[in-house]
Amino acid sequence: MPFEAVVEQAVKPFDGALWRDLAELGVLSLRTRENDGGLGLGMAEAVLVFAELGRRLLPGPLIWSALIAGLLPEVGKGGLVVTGLDQTRPASGPLMIEHWEGSNTLIVLDVEGVRRIETDALQARAVETPLDPLTPVHQIHALPPGERLADSATCQRLWSEGALLTAAQQLGIAVATLEYATSYALEREQFDRPIGSFQAIKHMLADMLVRKEQAMAAVYAAAATMDGRGVDDPQRMISTAKLIAGEAAHKNARGCLQIYGGMGYVWEMPPHFYLKRAFVLENGFGTMDEHADRIADRLGASATR
Amino acid sequence: MDLRYSEADQVFRHALRTWLAEAVPARGKSPSIHDWEARRAYDTGWQRKLFDAGYAGINWPKEFGGRGASLMEELIYYEEMSRANAPGVGMNFVGVRHGGPTLIAEGTDQQKADHLPRILRGEEVWCQGFSEPNAGSDLAALRTSAVRDGDHYVVNGQKIWTSFGHVADFCELLVRTDSNSKHGGISWLVMPMDLDGIEIRPLPTLHGESDFSEMFLENVRIPIENRVGEENDGWRVTNVTLRFERGTAWAADIVHLQQTLVSLCELARATTRDEETAWNDRALRREIGHLSAEVESVWAMVKLQVSELAKTGVPGLGGSVIKLAYTELNQRVFELGTRLLGRAALSRDDVDGMPSLGMVDRYLQTLSLTIAAGSSQIQRNIISERMLGMPKEPRAN
Ligand SMILES: Cc1cc2nc3c(=O)[nH]c(=O)nc-3n(C[C@H](O)[C@H](O)[C@H](O)COP(=O)(O)OP(=O)(O)OC[C@H]3O[C@@H](n4cnc5c(N)ncnc54)[C@H](O)[C@@H]3O)c2cc1C
Repeated sequence: MPFEAVVEQAVKPFDGALWRDLAELGVLSLRTRENDGGLGLGMAEAVLVFAELGRRLLPGPLIWSALIAGLLPEVGKGGLVVTGLDQTRPASGPLMIEHWEGSNTLIVLDVEGVRRIETDALQARAVETPLDPLTPVHQIHALPPGERLADSATCQRLWSEGALLTAAQQLGIAVATLEYATSYALEREQFDRPIGSFQAIKHMLADMLVRKEQAMAAVYAAAATMDGRGVDDPQRMISTAKLIAGEAAHKNARGCLQIYGGMGYVWEMPPHFYLKRAFVLENGFGTMDEHADRIADRLGASATR
Repeated sequence: MDLRYSEADQVFRHALRTWLAEAVPARGKSPSIHDWEARRAYDTGWQRKLFDAGYAGINWPKEFGGRGASLMEELIYYEEMSRANAPGVGMNFVGVRHGGPTLIAEGTDQQKADHLPRILRGEEVWCQGFSEPNAGSDLAALRTSAVRDGDHYVVNGQKIWTSFGHVADFCELLVRTDSNSKHGGISWLVMPMDLDGIEIRPLPTLHGESDFSEMFLENVRIPIENRVGEENDGWRVTNVTLRFERGTAWAADIVHLQQTLVSLCELARATTRDEETAWNDRALRREIGHLSAEVESVWAMVKLQVSELAKTGVPGLGGSVIKLAYTELNQRVFELGTRLLGRAALSRDDVDGMPSLGMVDRYLQTLSLTIAAGSSQIQRNIISERMLGMPKEPRAN
């Protein structure tokens, strides 16, 4: 999606045509078995696709579709649209649901397993001022029990996959913001030279590149490990990927905005869209702090004394 | 990407682990940093043991007495060395990690025969005479001159930061053989350290021990046959050396960091704060978790590079990325270690039997990582210019 289209998309609600296109391409059923009409890809391939979706700021409940299409094949075909809520670590505060508009079913992950609730059965209020213009948000106040879809083991697997696919999108943000910042630094001139010749800018860009590379390695390694092609503890690798990619997305978007100068503060320019998306993704499938805690717990268990 | 180890890799790992289980305890404790004779004996003695067991020169080609290990085996080697808490490469660093490899790549048959076996057996210690008082980051600005006189070069000048200069037997010496061209006027020589006219003045580091020196050269006569590469082609040879120096040496340090984090957890359990163990401090645990994720992802970068290198055979600029990331990370890990010690960190040794795991000294050591072998600022210049295409820094000529 070219950047102009991204800005246009920002003022539209759910785009059914785009969704059907994605379904046709197989994006919504990457992980679904071929017998069930999916592409049957591993995580190693799925993260490449999701990094690209993140890089292009594609809107919509992409991750929830990828997670649920294995349980409800209709989702992969674009006929049934699901969004979701991660209640595995319920917190007080409002229940905020992304991409409610256009979805027929709400998926809830909690300690007991996976549930589905038809959206007709729920009272939801649209948030008037969503942070990310491309991520509309609704608020609900109560969750009816709904219908049990899968057990807690499946739920844990979906949560892990959700965390890693989110990390892949965050990687995409780190990539895109580095690309935008690099071109801008070469184009924009001040004091009769490109701003990219100033060390303060060069060094910011170098740090952005390091973060991007680190995030990429972490995401790829976690994906390989989840596919059974690794040697490390998959849970630790997933948390590593979500944390490192989350940090890369946020910091690179911040760096990009700074390098754009006043242009970085303008609606029609890319940086703020990426920064805002980075915020949304940070708050899905475990924050950096939660993943740091998970890693420390596992590390502490291996320390004997 | 497949991160699993092949059958052969696992056999290699197992054999090494078995050997280390006996060899490491037999080495005993490392000597005091002030006892240079004992330090040399310890470091070269370990090198000899490695040689006898077939693990010296892990990445050197077999025809030169090395192990000829694959990159993956090399990573396994570092992992197992660290896991077993084996002695480090110590003062064999220059010879084994970059002096020898430079000779393999660029030296004459005679030079190879004279030095390679002795380096591997721990019989020759090398040092690096590159930096000068006015040529640090801008290394090619070096001025130490070499003038031909018959079949010798007569060398005059000054070097600085020469690590292990006062115990070394040979030196990789950069000299100026043409003052009309900056990069095109440099030559690379092997200098025996017992020649007349070499004066070594120890330069105490922030550890209070003279791990490096100043080296004054006055009419030192070095045979022309000691030149490695052509006259005035030394800058190219230097880059070969630097590539080896920056090569995979850091892999050992990164592996070590993972273990240090486990040690930090242990230290946190043993430390009391507000009548609780420090391990119960959520903020501290979170910081450890965060650092662990960073170490893990830097290690993933190394593996990704290795698997890419195995596919394409071409080493990329990734070395700068990894060096920049791991050196700064290293400092943060050990800085946390010293913070965890609190006032016990006012002593560099253990206080009251409370094991400090050498955190303070190790923290001090990490401070050199972002300066030596291309400072962090230089790495950022390299990354932004060569990987992102930013305009080059102004250059003197
Ligand atoms: C523990 C240790 C061991 C060493 N061992 C050896 C050895 O065995 N043999 C040997 O030859 N050398 C050795 N060195 C020297 C090392 O290679 C140099 O210290 C290093 O190259 C930096 O040079 P300098 O110290 O002259 O610093 P300078 O080059 O003077 O740098 C000073 C500061 O300026 C910054 N700077 C310089 N140029 C730029 C630029 N273009 N852009 C932005 N910032 C810049 C640097 O990053 C640094 O922060 C050792 C150094 C240390 C610390």
